[in-house]
Amino acid sequence: MSGFEPLPQTPAEVFHMPPESLTCKECQTKYPLEASYVCERCFGPLEVAYGSPAAGVDPGALRRRIQAGPQSLWRYRDFLPLEGPPPRTALPAGWTPLLRADRLAERLGLRELWIKNDAANPTHSFKDRVVAVALARAIELGFEVLACASTGNLANAVAAHAAAAGLDSYVFIPADLEEPKVLATGVYGTHLVAIRGNYDDVNRLCTEVSGEHPWAFVNINMRPYYSEGSKTIGFEIAEQLGWELPDRIVAPVASGSLFTKVARGLEQWLELGLLDGELPTMNGAQAAGCSPVATAFAAGHDVCRPVKPDTIAKSLAIGNPADGPYALELARRTGGAVNAVDDDEIRAGIKLLAETTGIFTETAGGVTVAVLAQLAERGEIDPDERVVAVITGEGLKTIDCARDTFETYEIDSTYDDFEASVPLPGTVAA
Amino acid sequence: MPVVVKIPTQLRAATGGAASATVEGATVGEVLDALYEQFDDLRDRIADDGGLRRFVNVYIGGEDIRFLDGLDTVVGDGDEVTILPAVAGG
Repeated sequence: MSGFEPLPQTPAEVFHMPPESLTCKECQTKYPLEASYVCERCFGPLEVAYGSPAAGVDPGALRRRIQAGPQSLWRYRDFLPLEGPPPRTALPAGWTPLLRADRLAERLGLRELWIKNDAANPTHSFKDRVVAVALARAIELGFEVLACASTGNLANAVAAHAAAAGLDSYVFIPADLEEPKVLATGVYGTHLVAIRGNYDDVNRLCTEVSGEHPWAFVNINMRPYYSEGSKTIGFEIAEQLGWELPDRIVAPVASGSLFTKVARGLEQWLELGLLDGELPTMNGAQAAGCSPVATAFAAGHDVCRPVKPDTIAKSLAIGNPADGPYALELARRTGGAVNAVDDDEIRAGIKLLAETTGIFTETAGGVTVAVLAQLAERGEIDPDERVVAVITGEGLKTIDCARDTFETYEIDSTYDDFEASVPLPGTVAA
Repeated sequence: MPVVVKIPTQLRAATGGAASATVEGATVGEVLDALYEQFDDLRDRIADDGGLRRFVNVYIGGEDIRFLDGLDTVVGDGDEVTILPAVAGG
């Protein structure tokens, strides 16, 4: 199925939240809906501002309209910053499973736990969502080259989506990235540029390059559109819970974009009356080896001091997080927190999720599960809460983390050796 | 000593389109003050209460000055100071 199929548009059900401007989050200066991301007055970040829907909102009709949409994030097209339909070549990102995780809940002493498994995207991470939106807008704005600064997952997504749409692409990564992420990018036929430096060095160079070349850098000059794609994680969680909100969401924090935009999507639906209740408690998860936001949270600061990353969670290894201040504000406003876990806890988190749910996540997911476990152990989650953990990527991309974490019984092909060497269920090896 | 400052595209309206400027200064702070004297409109956009606005990053030789001595970081002859928006990436 292509990523886009026309939404039903009967006169009673036409709805669209029209994107009106890019607005500075700091000083509210408005800019046209072009490829820009920085306020020229105060250097603050620009965000897409929407107008009110033309007609009054009938929540029931709007829910039916969404449910009749395609099984991809384009079912939420009305809430995304596009002028027209997305390109027909778009890879169908989103509409990933929300799975009830009773065995993991039991291990953690929780009543109701759900896993939003965004590894089930075309290139196996949530980055397909943000790239899908950025690409669609880039085509509307006439760009012919897609580009990004990436910790790996975004590299996969930009290369794949550009290939599907027939655009040229440039992908900039740190040279020490995990090999599976490098291979799963190069295969799509992109210009792969490996920088001798960390992600923040890559990001700095790309910020300079984006000022000099007319390319759509999805997470730089297209960032206001790109980041809107993460709202669809929040939309899906609510729709898949039967148009209800969870009490708490645990999600990883790298730049803070996903974390803040999941909540932004839910806020928009609360404002429209599509959902009732309050914003969930938002818990952010970082790796201790790169935890500028968790450190600022613990210290009571409202800005983040940059750090030099040193963690196995490379997809979260952003030492200079662009949305750090907003992630801090969101966690505090919702009664949540931003916590950090070390590399051993991350490996344990990966294994715990795998052993209790059958989901193999990458290191970022290990961070999220480990922080969830930490919160549960500390008694910071009421056992009656409905909790959602956002798993953003696939374990095969960081497969080295699984090495030496289990036993393999290597035996001769004889029944006797099998009997002698392999323990029966419920027993341990001799 | 003369130092080259690279200006991001978003600030070039305040520099008459110039992508870089050569100014004198012994520290990053002095370099920026000299830059503001040359292009007065830059001051409001970058500076805030004696420091930098929170979404402004300044680099010297590719290193974020917050890993060095901030605005007190000493600059050497031929060093390149780069001003960039902080909101990219992720």
